[in-house]
Amino acid sequence: MEAITFEGTAKTPTVKFDASNGVFEIKGRSIPENSIEFYKPLVDWLDEYAKGPLDLTQVNVQLEYFNTSSSKCILDVFKKLENIHKGKSEVIINWYYEEDDEDMLEAGEDYESIIRVPFKMIEIVE
Amino acid sequence: MSFDINDYYSKLNSGDVLLAYKGSITSDLISNVLEVVEAKLDDLSEQAKIRKKVYNVLVESLQNLFHHNDELPDKLHDSFDPKFGVLVVTRVENNVYRISTGNFINSNKIKFLKDKIDKINSLSEEELKDMYKFILNHQKLSAKGGGGLGLVDIARKTGNKLEYSFDNYNNEYYFFNLEVIVS
Repeated sequence: MEAITFEGTAKTPTVKFDASNGVFEIKGRSIPENSIEFYKPLVDWLDEYAKGPLDLTQVNVQLEYFNTSSSKCILDVFKKLENIHKGKSEVIINWYYEEDDEDMLEAGEDYESIIRVPFKMIEIVE
Repeated sequence: MSFDINDYYSKLNSGDVLLAYKGSITSDLISNVLEVVEAKLDDLSEQAKIRKKVYNVLVESLQNLFHHNDELPDKLHDSFDPKFGVLVVTRVENNVYRISTGNFINSNKIKFLKDKIDKINSLSEEELKDMYKFILNHQKLSAKGGGGLGLVDIARKTGNKLEYSFDNYNNEYYFFNLEVIVS
Protein backbone atom coordinates (compact mmCIF):
# COMPACT_ATOMS: atom_id res chain seq x y z
CA MET A 1 0.00 0.00 0.00
CA GLU A 2 1.35 3.37 -1.01
CA ALA A 3 2.16 5.99 1.64
CA ILE A 4 0.07 9.14 1.67
CA THR A 5 2.05 12.37 1.93
CA PHE A 6 1.20 16.07 1.88
CA GLU A 7 3.62 18.95 1.93
CA GLY A 8 2.78 21.47 4.63
CA THR A 9 1.38 24.90 3.77
CA ALA A 10 0.67 28.02 5.88
CA LYS A 11 -2.72 26.54 6.74
CA THR A 12 -2.27 22.78 6.47
CA PRO A 13 0.15 20.34 8.10
CA THR A 14 2.84 18.13 6.66
CA VAL A 15 1.50 14.59 6.57
CA LYS A 16 3.16 11.26 6.01
CA PHE A 17 1.32 8.02 6.69
CA ASP A 18 3.60 5.14 5.75
CA ALA A 19 2.01 1.70 5.70
CA SER A 20 5.37 -0.03 5.21
CA ASN A 21 6.70 0.89 8.68
CA GLY A 22 3.48 1.86 10.46
CA VAL A 23 4.73 5.35 11.29
CA PHE A 24 2.18 8.12 10.71
CA GLU A 25 3.06 11.78 11.10
CA ILE A 26 1.04 14.98 11.22
CA LYS A 27 3.13 18.06 11.81
CA GLY A 28 2.75 21.84 11.59
CA ARG A 29 -0.41 23.95 11.41
CA SER A 30 -3.91 22.86 10.67
CA ILE A 31 -6.06 25.94 10.24
CA PRO A 32 -7.88 25.64 6.88
CA GLU A 33 -11.35 27.21 6.58
CA ASN A 34 -12.71 23.90 5.40
CA SER A 35 -10.85 21.03 6.97
CA ILE A 36 -13.03 18.24 5.53
CA GLU A 37 -11.45 18.76 2.12
CA PHE A 38 -8.01 18.27 3.62
CA TYR A 39 -8.72 15.33 5.95
CA LYS A 40 -11.06 13.26 3.79
CA PRO A 41 -8.21 11.56 1.85
CA LEU A 42 -6.47 10.67 5.12
CA VAL A 43 -9.61 9.11 6.58
CA ASP A 44 -10.15 7.15 3.34
CA TRP A 45 -6.53 6.01 3.37
CA LEU A 46 -6.93 4.77 6.96
CA ASP A 47 -9.97 2.72 5.92
CA GLU A 48 -7.72 0.90 3.44
CA TYR A 49 -4.87 0.52 5.94
CA ALA A 50 -7.31 -0.91 8.52
CA LYS A 51 -7.84 -3.93 6.26
CA GLY A 52 -4.28 -5.14 6.93
CA PRO A 53 -2.54 -3.04 9.57
CA LEU A 54 0.94 -3.76 10.94
CA ASP A 55 1.25 -5.19 14.46
CA LEU A 56 2.26 -1.77 15.72
CA THR A 57 1.19 1.61 14.36
CA GLN A 58 2.87 4.70 15.82
CA VAL A 59 1.19 8.02 15.25
CA ASN A 60 3.16 11.21 15.85
CA VAL A 61 1.05 14.34 16.12
CA GLN A 62 3.06 17.53 16.42
CA LEU A 63 0.81 20.49 15.80
CA GLU A 64 1.70 24.06 16.50
CA TYR A 65 -1.84 25.32 15.93
CA PHE A 66 -5.09 23.74 14.92
CA ASN A 67 -8.49 25.32 14.50
CA THR A 68 -11.82 23.97 15.71
CA SER A 69 -12.78 22.90 12.21
CA SER A 70 -9.70 20.65 12.16
CA SER A 71 -10.34 19.39 15.67
CA LYS A 72 -13.33 17.35 14.47
CA CYS A 73 -11.43 15.93 11.52
CA ILE A 74 -8.54 14.97 13.77
CA LEU A 75 -11.07 13.18 15.96
CA ASP A 76 -12.29 11.31 12.86
CA VAL A 77 -8.71 10.24 12.15
CA PHE A 78 -8.32 9.08 15.76
CA LYS A 79 -11.59 7.14 15.59
CA LYS A 80 -10.23 5.19 12.64
CA LEU A 81 -7.10 4.46 14.67
CA GLU A 82 -9.25 3.38 17.60
CA ASN A 83 -10.93 0.80 15.38
CA ILE A 84 -7.55 -0.55 14.33
CA HIS A 85 -6.47 -0.70 17.97
CA LYS A 86 -9.63 -2.62 18.88
CA GLY A 87 -8.47 -5.41 16.55
CA LYS A 88 -5.27 -7.40 16.93
CA SER A 89 -2.96 -4.50 16.14
CA GLU A 90 -1.54 -2.04 18.57
CA VAL A 91 -1.73 1.72 18.07
CA ILE A 92 0.09 4.40 20.02
CA ILE A 93 -0.51 8.11 19.62
CA ASN A 94 2.42 10.36 20.54
CA TRP A 95 1.04 13.84 21.17
CA TYR A 96 3.78 16.48 21.06
CA TYR A 97 3.40 19.93 22.57
CA GLU A 98 5.81 22.80 22.99
CA GLU A 99 7.17 23.68 26.38
CA ASP A 100 4.57 25.64 28.41
CA ASP A 101 1.88 25.19 25.77
CA GLU A 102 -0.79 24.09 28.22
CA ASP A 103 -3.55 24.60 25.67
CA MET A 104 -1.98 22.06 23.33
CA LEU A 105 -1.39 19.60 26.17
CA GLU A 106 -5.00 20.00 27.25
CA ALA A 107 -6.18 19.46 23.67
CA GLY A 108 -4.29 16.17 23.66
CA GLU A 109 -5.84 15.19 26.97
CA ASP A 110 -9.30 15.95 25.57
CA TYR A 111 -8.69 13.44 22.79
CA GLU A 112 -7.19 10.94 25.19
CA SER A 113 -10.39 11.03 27.24
CA ILE A 114 -12.57 10.39 24.18
CA ILE A 115 -10.49 7.88 22.20
CA ARG A 116 -9.57 4.45 23.52
CA VAL A 117 -6.01 4.37 22.25
CA PRO A 118 -2.93 4.82 24.46
CA PHE A 119 -1.61 8.38 24.28
CA LYS A 120 1.85 9.53 25.21
CA MET A 121 2.17 13.25 25.94
CA ILE A 122 5.61 14.47 24.94
CA GLU A 123 6.86 17.93 25.80
CA ILE A 124 9.26 19.44 23.28
CA VAL A 125 11.96 21.24 25.25
CA GLU A 126 14.06 23.68 23.26
CA MET B 1 -30.42 56.56 15.70
CA SER B 2 -29.42 53.76 13.39
CA PHE B 3 -26.06 52.11 13.54
CA ASP B 4 -23.20 53.95 11.83
CA ILE B 5 -20.50 51.61 10.67
CA ASN B 6 -17.87 54.31 10.16
CA ASP B 7 -18.45 55.65 13.62
CA TYR B 8 -18.16 52.16 15.04
CA TYR B 9 -14.99 51.46 13.10
CA SER B 10 -13.22 54.67 14.05
CA LYS B 11 -14.00 54.07 17.73
CA LEU B 12 -12.49 50.60 17.54
CA ASN B 13 -9.53 51.79 15.55
CA SER B 14 -7.92 53.79 18.32
CA GLY B 15 -5.21 53.11 20.86
CA ASP B 16 -2.36 50.71 20.19
CA VAL B 17 -3.83 49.01 17.13
CA LEU B 18 -1.88 46.11 15.64
CA LEU B 19 -4.23 45.69 12.75
CA ALA B 20 -7.57 47.10 11.66
CA TYR B 21 -9.54 45.90 8.65
CA LYS B 22 -12.99 46.32 7.21
CA GLY B 23 -14.09 44.67 4.01
CA SER B 24 -14.47 41.25 2.44
CA ILE B 25 -13.47 38.30 4.60
CA THR B 26 -11.91 35.83 2.19
CA SER B 27 -9.56 32.92 2.65
CA ASP B 28 -6.64 34.98 1.32
CA LEU B 29 -7.48 37.87 3.61
CA ILE B 30 -7.39 35.51 6.58
CA SER B 31 -3.95 34.25 5.53
CA ASN B 32 -2.64 37.79 5.17
CA VAL B 33 -4.01 38.96 8.50
CA LEU B 34 -2.55 35.97 10.32
CA GLU B 35 0.83 36.54 8.74
CA VAL B 36 0.91 40.24 9.62
CA VAL B 37 -0.28 39.79 13.20
CA GLU B 38 2.08 36.88 13.81
CA ALA B 39 5.04 38.96 12.63
CA LYS B 40 4.01 41.89 14.84
CA LEU B 41 3.56 39.67 17.87
CA ASP B 42 7.04 38.28 17.31
CA ASP B 43 8.46 41.80 17.26
CA LEU B 44 6.72 42.75 20.48
CA SER B 45 8.42 39.91 22.38
CA GLU B 46 5.34 39.03 24.37
CA GLN B 47 5.21 35.77 26.29
CA ALA B 48 4.96 32.76 23.97
CA LYS B 49 1.82 31.70 25.77
CA ILE B 50 0.04 34.99 25.02
CA ARG B 51 1.27 35.02 21.41
CA LYS B 52 -0.21 31.59 20.85
CA LYS B 53 -3.50 32.47 22.50
CA VAL B 54 -3.85 35.65 20.43
CA TYR B 55 -3.10 33.68 17.28
CA ASN B 56 -5.58 30.97 18.15
CA VAL B 57 -8.36 33.39 19.02
CA LEU B 58 -7.65 35.32 15.85
CA VAL B 59 -7.94 32.18 13.73
CA GLU B 60 -11.30 31.29 15.27
CA SER B 61 -12.61 34.87 15.11
CA LEU B 62 -11.70 35.23 11.45
CA GLN B 63 -13.17 31.88 10.56
CA ASN B 64 -16.38 32.74 12.40
CA LEU B 65 -16.56 35.87 10.25
CA PHE B 66 -15.81 33.82 7.14
CA HIS B 67 -18.45 31.18 7.84
CA HIS B 68 -21.24 33.11 9.51
CA ASN B 69 -21.61 36.61 8.16
CA ASP B 70 -24.89 37.38 6.44
CA GLU B 71 -25.02 39.28 3.17
CA LEU B 72 -27.07 42.45 3.15
CA PRO B 73 -29.88 42.60 0.61
CA ASP B 74 -28.95 44.25 -2.69
CA LYS B 75 -30.59 47.58 -2.03
CA LEU B 76 -28.32 48.14 0.97
CA HIS B 77 -25.36 46.52 -0.59
CA ASP B 78 -23.75 49.39 -2.47
CA SER B 79 -21.52 50.62 0.31
CA PHE B 80 -20.36 47.22 1.53
CA ASP B 81 -18.08 44.60 0.04
CA PRO B 82 -19.46 41.07 -0.18
CA LYS B 83 -18.87 38.99 2.96
CA PHE B 84 -18.30 42.20 4.83
CA GLY B 85 -16.64 42.01 8.20
CA VAL B 86 -14.61 44.11 10.61
CA LEU B 87 -11.57 43.04 12.56
CA VAL B 88 -9.47 45.10 14.95
CA VAL B 89 -6.62 43.77 17.08
CA THR B 90 -5.53 46.13 19.85
CA ARG B 91 -2.76 45.86 22.38
CA VAL B 92 -4.34 46.99 25.63
CA GLU B 93 -1.14 46.68 27.65
CA ASN B 94 1.77 44.26 27.98
CA ASN B 95 0.49 40.75 27.36
CA VAL B 96 -3.14 41.89 27.10
CA TYR B 97 -4.89 42.06 23.73
CA ARG B 98 -8.38 42.86 22.55
CA ILE B 99 -9.76 41.24 19.42
CA SER B 100 -12.92 42.86 18.08
CA THR B 101 -14.93 41.50 15.21
CA GLY B 102 -18.14 42.70 13.61
CA ASN B 103 -20.49 41.44 10.94
CA PHE B 104 -24.05 41.75 9.73
CA ILE B 105 -26.53 39.23 10.96
CA ASN B 106 -30.13 38.54 10.09
CA SER B 107 -32.42 39.27 13.05
CA ASN B 108 -33.77 35.72 12.98
CA LYS B 109 -30.38 34.40 14.12
CA ILE B 110 -29.91 36.76 17.04
CA LYS B 111 -31.70 34.70 19.63
CA PHE B 112 -29.72 31.56 18.83
CA LEU B 113 -26.41 33.41 18.96
CA LYS B 114 -27.25 35.41 22.08
CA ASP B 115 -28.39 32.28 23.92
CA LYS B 116 -25.23 30.50 22.90
CA ILE B 117 -22.92 33.27 24.12
CA ASP B 118 -24.86 33.76 27.36
CA LYS B 119 -24.64 30.04 27.98
CA ILE B 120 -20.88 30.02 27.33
CA ASN B 121 -20.40 33.03 29.62
CA SER B 122 -22.28 31.30 32.42
CA LEU B 123 -20.03 28.23 32.47
CA SER B 124 -17.03 27.48 34.66
CA GLU B 125 -13.72 26.38 33.18
CA GLU B 126 -14.54 22.73 33.84
CA GLU B 127 -18.04 23.06 32.32
CA LEU B 128 -16.60 24.73 29.22
CA LYS B 129 -14.22 21.83 28.80
CA ASP B 130 -17.14 19.38 29.02
CA MET B 131 -19.16 21.43 26.53
CA TYR B 132 -16.23 21.52 24.12
CA LYS B 133 -15.74 17.77 24.35
CA PHE B 134 -19.44 17.10 23.94
CA ILE B 135 -19.74 19.20 20.77
CA LEU B 136 -16.46 17.78 19.45
CA ASN B 137 -17.68 14.23 19.86
CA HIS B 138 -21.37 14.58 18.99
CA GLN B 139 -21.92 17.25 16.36
CA LYS B 140 -21.13 16.87 12.70
CA LEU B 141 -19.23 19.53 10.80
CA SER B 142 -21.42 21.69 8.59
CA ALA B 143 -20.91 21.53 4.85
CA LYS B 144 -18.98 24.79 5.13
CA GLY B 145 -16.63 23.25 7.65
CA GLY B 146 -17.86 25.12 10.70
CA GLY B 147 -18.09 23.07 13.82
CA GLY B 148 -20.02 25.16 16.34
CA LEU B 149 -16.91 25.10 18.51
CA GLY B 150 -15.29 28.44 17.72
CA LEU B 151 -16.84 30.53 20.49
CA VAL B 152 -16.47 27.76 23.07
CA ASP B 153 -12.82 27.42 22.15
CA ILE B 154 -12.27 31.18 22.38
CA ALA B 155 -13.86 31.32 25.84
CA ARG B 156 -11.86 28.33 26.98
CA LYS B 157 -8.51 29.58 25.73
CA THR B 158 -8.89 33.11 27.04
CA GLY B 159 -10.65 32.34 30.31
CA ASN B 160 -12.53 35.62 29.80
CA LYS B 161 -16.18 36.40 29.16
CA LEU B 162 -17.26 37.17 25.61
CA GLU B 163 -18.59 40.72 25.30
CA TYR B 164 -21.06 41.42 22.55
CA SER B 165 -23.72 43.74 21.22
CA PHE B 166 -26.31 43.69 18.47
CA ASP B 167 -26.96 47.08 16.88
CA ASN B 168 -29.92 47.56 14.63
CA TYR B 169 -28.93 48.49 11.09
CA ASN B 170 -32.35 48.29 9.52
CA ASN B 171 -35.44 46.25 10.38
CA GLU B 172 -34.12 42.90 9.42
CA TYR B 173 -30.38 43.33 9.81
CA TYR B 174 -28.26 43.90 12.84
CA PHE B 175 -24.57 44.43 13.29
CA PHE B 176 -23.05 41.90 15.65
CA ASN B 177 -20.00 43.08 17.55
CA LEU B 178 -17.89 40.67 19.58
CA GLU B 179 -15.00 41.63 21.83
CA VAL B 180 -12.57 39.18 23.30
CA ILE B 181 -9.81 39.96 25.73
CA VAL B 182 -6.76 37.72 25.65
CA SER B 183 -4.68 37.99 28.78
